[in-house]
Amino acid sequence: MRKISLSNLDKLFALISEKAKLYLPVDGKNGIASFKLWEEGVQMSQALNTTRSAKDFFFPQTENLMEFKTEGKNIEIIDTRTEKEDFVIFGVRACDVKSFEILDRVFLSEPVDSYYASRREKGVIISLACGRPAETCFCKTFGIDPASPEGDITAWKTATDLYLKANTEKGEKLLASLDGITEACGEEAVEEQKKEISAIMDKLPLKDLTTDKFGVGKTKEYFNSPAWDELSSHCLGCGTCTFVCPTCQCYDVKDFNTGNGVKRFRCWDSCMYSDFTLMAHGNSRLSQKERFRQRFMHKLVYYPDNNNGMFSCVGCGRCLAKCPISMNIVKVMKTLGGKEND
Amino acid sequence: MTNETLIPKLGVITDIRIDTPDIKTFRVVSPEGKKLFDHRPGQCAMVSIPGVGEAMFSITSSPTNTEYMEFSIKKCGCLTTWLHQAEVGQNVTVRGPYGNPFPVDDVFAGKDLLFVAGGVGLAPLRSVINYCRHYRDRYGKIDIVYGSRSKDDLLDYQEIINEWSTDSGVNVHLTIDREQEGWDGHVGFVPTYVKELGFEPNKTAVLCGPPIMIKFTLQGLSELGFNREQVYTTLELRMKCGVGKCGRCNVGNKYVCKDGPVFRMDQLDELPDEY
Repeated sequence: MRKISLSNLDKLFALISEKAKLYLPVDGKNGIASFKLWEEGVQMSQALNTTRSAKDFFFPQTENLMEFKTEGKNIEIIDTRTEKEDFVIFGVRACDVKSFEILDRVFLSEPVDSYYASRREKGVIISLACGRPAETCFCKTFGIDPASPEGDITAWKTATDLYLKANTEKGEKLLASLDGITEACGEEAVEEQKKEISAIMDKLPLKDLTTDKFGVGKTKEYFNSPAWDELSSHCLGCGTCTFVCPTCQCYDVKDFNTGNGVKRFRCWDSCMYSDFTLMAHGNSRLSQKERFRQRFMHKLVYYPDNNNGMFSCVGCGRCLAKCPISMNIVKVMKTLGGKEND
Repeated sequence: MTNETLIPKLGVITDIRIDTPDIKTFRVVSPEGKKLFDHRPGQCAMVSIPGVGEAMFSITSSPTNTEYMEFSIKKCGCLTTWLHQAEVGQNVTVRGPYGNPFPVDDVFAGKDLLFVAGGVGLAPLRSVINYCRHYRDRYGKIDIVYGSRSKDDLLDYQEIINEWSTDSGVNVHLTIDREQEGWDGHVGFVPTYVKELGFEPNKTAVLCGPPIMIKFTLQGLSELGFNREQVYTTLELRMKCGVGKCGRCNVGNKYVCKDGPVFRMDQLDELPDEY
C-alpha cells in the first residue's frame, strides 16, 4: 500500500495526467457532480455520487459505429474505428465499479463488442472507498462492500492522506509510476476507515433489503403477479431510470444522413419506451405495465438466470433519487418480495 | 482491428422476383459474385440500406445453394418499402448469420416431417424444406401445408408447383382463405385444413405464420395426438444487434436473436407469454 498527503493531491493528478487523460468527479453549478477531465485547478467533488454513472466511459450515450458513402445504387462501407487513447478514471464508487463487471458480461461475451472492449482495454479504474453513502444507497444488498471497492487501484481518502492499493497488473503499473511522489505505508488508517464506513452502512434505511426472493428461476413466480398493475400505474415512461442506471445497457442503432454520407451510430435506448419493441406489424410490449415489468424482471430475474445468479443492479440509488414519480427498484423488491422484504 | 459483428458486408441484389402483390424475393451476392457467407436452415441475417434502416430477415434460400442467398421480404415498414422500390444492381449491406437453425441434421433425421406455413411464414421454412429435399434420403415422408389469403398471395408458387409437388415422397397441400376464380384447390384456413388432413402424430412438425394461425394449428395438432415436443416454430421480434446485446428481443431470459429464433413448443411454454 502507498499513500500521499491530501495537500499533494494535485501533484498526483498532474503526474497521472502526464501519462493519460484523467477523469474525476467534479461539482457542477447545480450541485450535480459529474466526471470531468482533470486540468490544473480542477477540484475533485466531495460527493462521490455522480448524477450520471461512470458507464459513459466504456459505453457512451452516443457513439459512431461506422460510415457509409452512397451514390446511386452503390454503397461503400467505411470502418471508422480508431485506436483508443489510454485514460484513467479516478474516484469510481464501489457500486459503479461492480457495474462494469455486469456490463462486461454483455459486451465482452462472444461475439465481443469491439467498441466497448477497446475502451475497457485502455481504461484504468481507480476506485475510491465510499466514505459518504447516501440514504438511497443499498449496494450491500448486492454483496458490494463500499469500503473495499474493486478496480485496478483502490483508493481510500482519510482526513489527511490518500491511500492507494493496486489490484491488477494495469493498476500495479500505474501505481509503480507514481512511486516518486507516494510513500509506502501500513494499512491501519485504511482498516480504521473501513470500520467507520461499515458503521454508517448499518444505519442506512435500506440496510435490510435482501435479494433472497429474486434471482434464478423466478420468472413464473413474478411475471404474472397482479402487483405489476399498481407498481407501473404511474410510470411516465420517461426512461430517466434507465439513463442514470449504471447497468442498463440496451442500445439503439440508427443512421444519420449527413448530406455527405451516412453515419451509423448507437445510442442508449430504454425498455421503458413504447417504440423499443415496435415493429411494422405490431408490438410485443403494448402497455407501460409490460415495459415496466421488463425492466425489473431483467434486473432481478432474467439477467441472474443468464449470469449464474448475478443481479443487474448495484444499489447505487440513482433511480431512487431521480424518478419523477418516486417509483424504483426498491419499491418493486419490497412489493413483490412480500413483508419479509419491507 | 478485431472483427466486429455490427459492421456488415457489402452485397449486391442480382435478381428481384415478384412473388405476390406485397412480397418480393431478393437474390444477393458479394460484389465478386460469390455467396456472402454460409448459414444453416432457419438462420437469419441483418439486411440494411444505410440511411433507411437495418432489420432481421430469415435467409429463405437453402444452405445447399452455394451461389447466392435469397430473402423473401414483405412490404410493411420503412426499410421493406424502400427495398420494394429497389432495382437489380442495388447494393445492400448484410451481416450474419444469426440465431440457431432447425435441428435438421439430428432431431429431424429419419423422421417424417410436416411443414405448416401461412402467408409470408413460408419464407423461413423454404430454407428448411429445400435443405430436406436436397438430402431427400435422410428424411421420411414430407408433408407441406401452405395457405394464404388468395392464390396471388402464395409465396414461391412456381417453385411449389414445378419442383416441390413433383418430388417423390413430398406431398404439398395448398389452400386459400376464400373461393377464387381459377382456383380449383382447397379453400379454407390452414388450421382447419391441417385437421381435415388428419396427419399421423408420428411426424415432426414445423410451423410458421401469423400468431393466430400458430395458435389454432397447435390446437389441431394436439387433437391429432401431437406432443409439444414434436413441434417447432420460429419467432421474430424487433432487433438491432442480432447478438443478444441491444436488449430488446428477449422473451423472458431468452433472446430471440441468439437463443432462437427456432424454438420447440415445449421450450416456448417455459417462457412468459410476451411474443
